[in-house]
Amino acid sequence: MKIMKVSLLSCAIMTTLTLDVSSAMAAPSEVKLWRHETSNIKEIEVSKATIERFNQSQAKWHITAEMIPEGSYTQTVTAAALAGDLPCVLDMDQPVVPNFAWSGYLLPLEGLLSKDALNGLIGSAKGTYKGKVYSVGQFDVALALFTRQSILEKYNLRQATFEQPWTKAELLDALAKLKASGEYQYPLAMRTGWTGEWYSYGYAPMLQSFGADQIDRDNYVKSEGVLNGEAGLAWGAFFQSLFNNEYVDRNPSDDKGFVQGRAALDYVGSWEMANHSKRWGDDLVVMPVPDFGGGPVIGGGSWQWGIAKSCSNPEGAAAFVDFMLQPEEIAAMSVATGMIPSSPEAAELTDHYQVGGDWRYFYDFTAAFAELRPATPAYPIISSTFEKMARNIKDGANVQDALDEAVDTIERNISDNKGYGFN
Amino acid sequence: MKHLRKLGAYLFLLLIGYVFLFPLLFMIMSSFKPEQVIFADLYSIRAILPVGDLTLDNYRQVFEKSDVLLYFRNSILITSATVILGLFVNSLLAFTLSRMRWSGRKYILAAVVALMIIPIEAIVVPLLLLVSKLPTIGWEQGGFVLMGSWLNSLEVQILPFVANSFFIFLFYQFFRDIPKDFDEAAELDGATPFQIYRHIIVPMSGPVFATVAILHFLLMWNQYIWPIMAVQGEDARPVMPGIQIFFGRQTSWGEIMAYASFVTLPVLAVFLAFQKKFVSSLAGAGIKG
Repeated sequence: MKIMKVSLLSCAIMTTLTLDVSSAMAAPSEVKLWRHETSNIKEIEVSKATIERFNQSQAKWHITAEMIPEGSYTQTVTAAALAGDLPCVLDMDQPVVPNFAWSGYLLPLEGLLSKDALNGLIGSAKGTYKGKVYSVGQFDVALALFTRQSILEKYNLRQATFEQPWTKAELLDALAKLKASGEYQYPLAMRTGWTGEWYSYGYAPMLQSFGADQIDRDNYVKSEGVLNGEAGLAWGAFFQSLFNNEYVDRNPSDDKGFVQGRAALDYVGSWEMANHSKRWGDDLVVMPVPDFGGGPVIGGGSWQWGIAKSCSNPEGAAAFVDFMLQPEEIAAMSVATGMIPSSPEAAELTDHYQVGGDWRYFYDFTAAFAELRPATPAYPIISSTFEKMARNIKDGANVQDALDEAVDTIERNISDNKGYGFN
Repeated sequence: MKHLRKLGAYLFLLLIGYVFLFPLLFMIMSSFKPEQVIFADLYSIRAILPVGDLTLDNYRQVFEKSDVLLYFRNSILITSATVILGLFVNSLLAFTLSRMRWSGRKYILAAVVALMIIPIEAIVVPLLLLVSKLPTIGWEQGGFVLMGSWLNSLEVQILPFVANSFFIFLFYQFFRDIPKDFDEAAELDGATPFQIYRHIIVPMSGPVFATVAILHFLLMWNQYIWPIMAVQGEDARPVMPGIQIFFGRQTSWGEIMAYASFVTLPVLAVFLAFQKKFVSSLAGAGIKG
């Protein structure tokens, strides 16, 4: 009787398994995807629509998406990697890509994605580590200096152009005039109240324009002499002077200074364009960031897509990423969100960014001035150390001491991690 | 002089009350104000008053941008299941430790006390590895299947948090001080240990049950680090990690305040409902010290 029960149970299990296998053969293979969930509903809607179009366009793969809140996204990905539970396709902020690649979470994309898709992207739309591409993006953002035509005219200031950005002297002259007028308590808004990646994204390009950098990109091991050399010192002194002269609010209570007319200049990213344009209309002027000696520099690299090494269907994941990189899909994202498309073909499909478009300058800034953040797994510690250092300088610390301390912290961490794959 | 002293005491209490109430009032009032008004009112008393252009837009945006009702439902399920199971499991262990004699009891008690000093952050990584290897039984396409792991589920947020050494110790302290005569009388009448627990100890321990229920509720409702690590999908996401949707490239403080107000209300309601028992239990525990 007992044997009969066991046999019946076995039959039931086998039948269930057989049904499962046969139905699995008929159905498309599931490819899991994670993306960060932002408060920008349009961005999410476009992503969902792209996934829907991909699922409809073929019968071999089916993308199943999970939206994970942006604020806790990196922790979630790290925890999932630890538990061996990463999805096939995931998006990530470009600066963390080298760290994820070094940790063994990601597959290199050369050979997986089509050559046309990879080659068609602008440089800042690719996340690399040790010369290999590990992530690709549909969009980028660009730093710029926003002001108003009426302010430029009133204070007799030259409108900076792509060909001839403001120099350091011109910027300081403009700030001195604006401050002296008494109309602006703090003429320049720089979002110093923001925390996290903004400090590296926003202020490291200034450092680079001075001729310094966060780390020596020839070896990704040494920071000595690169961050705390003469150029770094000059940047630190300049940065501190902005606060000492009260050109910039050391501790702003909000980030609405420019929109509310309390600041004449706004140093921020292209994501504010829609708000600024809505507020100031035709009076709004967008200028490139100043040239501090080494040419204008802006940060490059936004949220990008990669494929997990643990993925059991890398072909399916690659097919989807290829699909996303089609000019039409990139353009759809740009049209909905206003962000800079990551390929020239896609730019031509948008009103704002096509040649002659009203926001084309952002695309040109990105193509000409973007400097990717250091492509090293040490970047998280570099970024957090840079933020602490810049905050200390802002608050009045000795510039040389702050730079030296940052160099020590960065180099010690790299040494503790045996160079993160670099020697 | 006496009146002056009394007035001073009241003013001091008023100041303390303001310090504690300010964040709560600011959060609730800001949730009804547009972004610009929040910042305009920031440095005046208007920040905690319902004045100016009040609007429900922030709440509309919260409901539009996030599935807050789903997160809310998940949190209620997770919290209530954990609290109910926790009250039973923790009090039962405390009962055996305080009212029964068995070999190894002292060692278990010592282990419970020792475990109280280990924070969740210290065990979160090994716990994650453990639950990622534990399969669950699910139902798919007409048959039972072994699912990959506990991750991404409601149970992964419930089961690891049912037993809690601190709550066991609270129950233990309370049960220990109930005279043993009750047990002995019940035993003479033929009661089993579970009957003693069920019909004598539990009815006499209302305050400690209320205290543990509140503390466990707060602990579970405010869970943040564990759900971030163990849950990726929206289907099982509780309320606290959900707030991260509103922190991004552009942060809207009005929406954050609306979300925070919405998820804080149940905590306030539970505390107010159990406040009397909570205070009496804490006072009682202090006297028994």
